[in-house]
Amino acid sequence: MAETSKTGTPSSFTVGGRAYTFTDHTFDVVVVGAGGAGLRAVVGASEAGLKTACITKVFPTRSHTVAAQGGISAALGNMGEDDWRWHMYDTVKGSDWLGDQDAIEYLCKNAPAAVYELEHWGVPFSRTEAGKIYQRPFGGMTTNYGEGRAQRTCAAADRTGHAILHTLYGQSLRYSAEFFIEYFAIDLIMEDGVCRGVVALSMDDGTLHRFRAHKTVLATGGYGRAYFSCTSAHTCTGDGNAMVLRAGLPLQDMEFVQFHPTGIYGAGCLITEGSRGEGGYLTNSEGERFMERYAPSAKDLASRDVVSRAMTMEIREGRGVGKAKDHIYLHLDHLDPKILAERLPGISESAKIFAGVDVTREPIPVLPTVHYNMGGIPTNYYGEVLTKVNGDPDHVVPGLMAIGEAACVSVHGANRLGSNSLIDLVVFGRAAGARCAETIERGARQADLPKDAGLSSLDRLDRFRHASGSTPTAELRLDMQRTMQNNCAVFRTGEVLEEGHTLIHKVWSGTDDIRVTDRSLIWNTDLVEALEYDNLIVQAVVTMDSAVNRQESRGAHAREDFPDRDDKEWMKHTLAFVDTNSRTVSIDYRPVHTYTMSNEIEYIAPKARVY
Amino acid sequence: MVQLTLPKNSKMVEGKVWPKPAGATKLKEFRIYRWDPEDASNPRIDTYFVDMDDCGPMVLDGLIWIKNKVDPTLAFRRSCREGICGSCSMNIDGMNTLACTKGMDEVKGAVKIYPLPHMAVIKDLVPDLTTFYAQHRSIEPWLHTSTPAPETEWKQSREDREKLDGLYECILCACCTTSCPSYWWNGDRYLGPATLLQAYRWLIDSRDEATGERLDNLEDPFRLYRCHTIMNCAQTCPKGLNPAKAIAEIKKMMVERRF
Repeated sequence: MAETSKTGTPSSFTVGGRAYTFTDHTFDVVVVGAGGAGLRAVVGASEAGLKTACITKVFPTRSHTVAAQGGISAALGNMGEDDWRWHMYDTVKGSDWLGDQDAIEYLCKNAPAAVYELEHWGVPFSRTEAGKIYQRPFGGMTTNYGEGRAQRTCAAADRTGHAILHTLYGQSLRYSAEFFIEYFAIDLIMEDGVCRGVVALSMDDGTLHRFRAHKTVLATGGYGRAYFSCTSAHTCTGDGNAMVLRAGLPLQDMEFVQFHPTGIYGAGCLITEGSRGEGGYLTNSEGERFMERYAPSAKDLASRDVVSRAMTMEIREGRGVGKAKDHIYLHLDHLDPKILAERLPGISESAKIFAGVDVTREPIPVLPTVHYNMGGIPTNYYGEVLTKVNGDPDHVVPGLMAIGEAACVSVHGANRLGSNSLIDLVVFGRAAGARCAETIERGARQADLPKDAGLSSLDRLDRFRHASGSTPTAELRLDMQRTMQNNCAVFRTGEVLEEGHTLIHKVWSGTDDIRVTDRSLIWNTDLVEALEYDNLIVQAVVTMDSAVNRQESRGAHAREDFPDRDDKEWMKHTLAFVDTNSRTVSIDYRPVHTYTMSNEIEYIAPKARVY
Repeated sequence: MVQLTLPKNSKMVEGKVWPKPAGATKLKEFRIYRWDPEDASNPRIDTYFVDMDDCGPMVLDGLIWIKNKVDPTLAFRRSCREGICGSCSMNIDGMNTLACTKGMDEVKGAVKIYPLPHMAVIKDLVPDLTTFYAQHRSIEPWLHTSTPAPETEWKQSREDREKLDGLYECILCACCTTSCPSYWWNGDRYLGPATLLQAYRWLIDSRDEATGERLDNLEDPFRLYRCHTIMNCAQTCPKGLNPAKAIAEIKKMMVERRF
């Protein structure tokens, strides 16, 4: 049985009375995920001559980056004066001072180069009369440290994510990176606190694979599907985040979940903030442009947490629209149909398909909808994963990196600004590729994997594959999604969160009774959905528990029982660890980096956040 | 006399009729192609009944409802559910399209669903797209330049940028390619409409400097010239694009460069 593979470990194991065999691979770098961040890292690492693999559960252009609409922020100054320092100020303010300012400086300073690079690779950006990249206004983006309104968001109509993802995919084909498409990553291979690689299931033929690498880069995106109504794709299940938790490592700032103000009512599909950037506005049942009351200066272009709260308040106070008075209208009908066709064609189509609305004539029914996770795997601005060891809050986990929405660098702090996500992907995807090139000796021999490498992944796989309880995955998933939607939403109170804590832990324990019907291994989506649910539920639990714990209001975390930001007590990152055996969560903290990366800009001190 | 036989597993049989949901008043019948690679049997057509009062309006909502409530073994691809990722392309009511943007009410009678036609099936509604992706890769879908890159962006006029509209929006769902009889016949050598539309997207990009090489790569009786303007591609594209027109433009460029 114990046949030894080229990684020096047995390749066959018997689990649950069934034999499983691994196919082994050795790479310099293994990137898990093929969205904007993952592909940018793949390009960087393979361009540098590193033997690079990309494992992805969907074909790269199906990754959720494809759905980003409005644009990518960078202080190019194509539409008027701009400065990366202003971009940094806006991002720090948007983060409600929970963002790490060294990382934010890195992001904003490197943003223009990253966008020019995308353009040089072929992204079909919209253009100005002068033939430069077109930039539109976006929420929270200002000039001169809050004084004017910036046009900083580079756009390819309202399909910017699609344009970028397809371009990055094309670039990634130029080098010799190997793609493992429709491979579902199960768990990290850890040895004495070092990440040695990852285990994956090939959905196509049901084979199991062990990837050994100097660096494993998690670019697995967010976990929007922990909620009932989200703009996120069905595949946004935060698989990398969950692998990190199971490896005994923490997730950071998970209580900060962004609600996008304009998801289509009912369907949840995204309507870009760019629609308000181009002049769209929100109204309540009285036809009032209520944002003027909540954000007198920025109005409809205040940052997302502010707009989502205002909409929720309007609905609560009985001024929602529709039969049940439970949503809000977004007006684009006053805009020139030519502009709509040129700059917002995608959402015009979505509104027609999913709301039956002709945007040139009628308003779109919208509702704040879960959209983005500020929290994730703590990293430094090189993309290296951090944990807290013996009081050192910046201890680097050797061999493991994380980028994109999966990571928490933290550049978004308690609330991300629109169009700062796409730039995060490419700036830190690029940084991770560069860090790999800098730290890995090409083709250097790797030590044998531990004798039981991958065994725990097989246990997990086999357990779910043969799970014969009485609750189907879909039922558990729905319970989780409803609990998160009801008890961990735009406004939170201690009481509702405490109830949510009880309910979500109950769902978690209920996982013991899960039922999987399909016992096959080839394209078994019943099994994959069970594994994805198992990934989601741990993230849901740490989100809820981190939210119960944080007794203040900051950015997207709005506590009605603690309405103010409390910098003295709470200007710190939450770290949540999970013990999956005892199903318990423990909470710790990391300090916020209250310093910048260089002396090109001074630390921006906290002040009241008014738009 | 010559005996013609169909390839193994190409004959479909009547499958299981799943029970109607209890208490439902508004039902929609789904007839779905099923094939399991792990047993030796032929493909079958299973019949399901979806409770329309408990389900979203799109065909994808129906499929997910079935998977969640009736039969978790049903396999299909899906991701964004808003028509931008291209995962859930399949043959619905006789037409290739995206399940997520096709309304159930657009289908009269039972919703008949098959995988994209003329592709090897991995399982149920999941076709093998390996060749399709390799063909896309063969046209080198990235910007080729030899002039040193400027410090900022390449300039592109709005008129030149407009030439990319109707092309860059392609989501690689393969609806067009798998609807093309020419591709059914010569899929190993004809690149098919999606790949050729992508090829034209780079040919017509004012920033690209490899027009000659790109055309050389397509100058072939099969790769390009198997398009016989049947136009199924344009009719079926769920994004409203017109690959046939892009192919005609490439053919025009081929002629023009001779003079």
